Amino acid sequence: MTLKDTNPGMIVRIDEVGESALKQRLMTMGLIPGTRVEILHSAPLGDPIALRLRSYNLALRRDDAATIQVTQIK
Amino acid sequence: MAAISVALTGNPNTGKSTIFNELTGARQKIGNWPGVTVDKKVGLIEYNGRKISVVDLPGTYSINARSQEEQVVSDYFSENKPDIVVDIVDASNIARNLFLTVQLLEHGIPLIINLNMMDEAERHGIKIDDSKLEKIFGMPVTNTVGRSNKSVKVLLDVFTNTRMSNYHPSQQLEEHINRIHQIQNSGLSKEKIDEEIITARYDFIDKVMAEAVTLSAASPSLSEKLDAIFTNGISALVIMLVAFYLLFQIAFEWVGQPLADMLGEFFEDTVAPAAMEAMAAAGVADWMQSLVGDGIIVGVGAVLSFVPLIFTLFFVLSFLDGTGYMARVAFVMDPIMRRVGLTGKGIMPLIMGYGCGVPAIMGARALDTNKDRMISILITPFLTCSAKVPIIALFAVMFFPDNAANIVFAMYIIGLATAILMAKVLGHTVFKGQESTFLLELPPYRMPDMKTVLLETWDKGKGYIIKAGTIIFAMTVLIWFLSNFNSDGMTEETDQSYLASIGGAAATLFAPQGFNTWEAGAAVVTGLAAKESVVSTIGVLYGADEDSVDTDDADGTADVLMKTGMATAFTPLAALAFMVFTQLYSPCVTALGTIKKETQSWKWMGFAFLYTCAVAWVASMLVYQIGSLLGFQ
Repeated sequence: MTLKDTNPGMIVRIDEVGESALKQRLMTMGLIPGTRVEILHSAPLGDPIALRLRSYNLALRRDDAATIQVTQIK
Repeated sequence: MAAISVALTGNPNTGKSTIFNELTGARQKIGNWPGVTVDKKVGLIEYNGRKISVVDLPGTYSINARSQEEQVVSDYFSENKPDIVVDIVDASNIARNLFLTVQLLEHGIPLIINLNMMDEAERHGIKIDDSKLEKIFGMPVTNTVGRSNKSVKVLLDVFTNTRMSNYHPSQQLEEHINRIHQIQNSGLSKEKIDEEIITARYDFIDKVMAEAVTLSAASPSLSEKLDAIFTNGISALVIMLVAFYLLFQIAFEWVGQPLADMLGEFFEDTVAPAAMEAMAAAGVADWMQSLVGDGIIVGVGAVLSFVPLIFTLFFVLSFLDGTGYMARVAFVMDPIMRRVGLTGKGIMPLIMGYGCGVPAIMGARALDTNKDRMISILITPFLTCSAKVPIIALFAVMFFPDNAANIVFAMYIIGLATAILMAKVLGHTVFKGQESTFLLELPPYRMPDMKTVLLETWDKGKGYIIKAGTIIFAMTVLIWFLSNFNSDGMTEETDQSYLASIGGAAATLFAPQGFNTWEAGAAVVTGLAAKESVVSTIGVLYGADEDSVDTDDADGTADVLMKTGMATAFTPLAALAFMVFTQLYSPCVTALGTIKKETQSWKWMGFAFLYTCAVAWVASMLVYQIGSLLGFQ
């Protein structure tokens, strides 16, 4: 599944960051394979989503989240 | 002894600016890095008899030159070798912050790792072993808690006592750097190399974290509890609307505008008459009296009357930004802004545009990409700023007495719709292909440092006065010249002036809009100085007594003007076309001066002027022509 398909409260591990214009920026912000990510919540209008990883919170759009493959670990 | 050169670097939201402000106070100079709209902040201080010059580099997550800020930092380090580089690390967010640290060290830049916000880190259950960290990197590690004078003294001692040449990368760090070199020489594609390097950096950071940092489970922080209300569901929207409302009220009703009005009145009622009297008493030539009274004093007044507004707005915005709430606003508003091709961060400047375009244009600086900044700047002039309201109100009351409120509302909608449309058009033409992305850190909520808030406000206000002010002043004097001179020299009669000639020439352009009178043309020209002038010019030119034209009293002014030639000079349809034109055409000189300052380009200022006039001309023509076809008058 991708990060886009997750629900608030889930904890996932990143398997792969797919190709996109944003790929290197996503990786720079710490979204690399193996990283543990907690899904916090969506904005009121459903998009973007807020994540917690490496002890900080990051928001990104669902479309960009769809490029990231993850496995649910909790 | 030469001054010690110190550079502060670090991620955004690490308290770096606060530390810089604590170090340098008001003794800082703010300029621009060459070619970009990124603030360059430097300060000179003296400590224990040593001079120390400190530069505050923009906050960045890396130095990959993907943004203006990253370019600035990257260029700085390739061109300068400061004696001391301090990397300000937010201790509560150390894992991601170390990314920049490691990247800088890979580039052979020795640095002091300063762990800031240690108190906050402890609350989050993060414990950092300084000595282990020193050993892992081979670089000195210091501690600060953000804003206390003690922290500043610690840093000053370090600056004066540390010789970076005594520090060398540890073996562990050397091994990491070797690995990076291997990747660079691996023959893979450029993208693959960059990605492998990012991964290798985080691998190294994970090892550092395992050795020097212990994380223990902490109860949900205050930030998480606040976010459950501020960024979630209906409460998020309600709180945001209240925040916008308060911002507007403070700036345009409670504090900023009243102060601006007082300053304007003081200029008009006290300074101008006093100057005129003094000049009359001294027997100064008439043209000189007019230049000073109607040109220079009005020009200075125009520049100054925006100052309280700008200071108030930026004080509130800077405060909100310091709390971390602005990031939440961007988060909540992103899906709406995205439909227009912008990002969530763009909402604030646009909202400000409903009060005044000048701070709105200045606010676009906070946006991430060139595309977002430029589009935001270029669509702001279409919004209904407070100076356009008197025009709309007067014409609506005069020509549509039964539907005035609806017409006013329609004008707001036309302005907004044009802004949205042009954002799309510009995004698909002029700025085609430039990406607009949204990847935003949601920093913990914090109490803003007041010194930082005040310095930022002062900086914005000062920048406006100096940079935009000179252009605004020059243009105001130009308009004075046009309305008081003709080819024979000075004239008392405005209808004999260059302004009337230009108005007449401009009027021929407005035949398809139905308002091709020289009075309307002249009003459009003086509206460039300030939009409020449209109402006073048109009133005076149609023979109303100057004192009876009050921009704050549409009903009263309409009563007076109904008795003049203005009532028959416009048909209701032509009046509507005129309203649409003045709603959309060129921003006032103050806004144009600000566009020049923010884009650092006369070309973009010229473009903003011409394209808004073109859009206004077409839109008002459509209103008149289609209206005529449908049988309206």
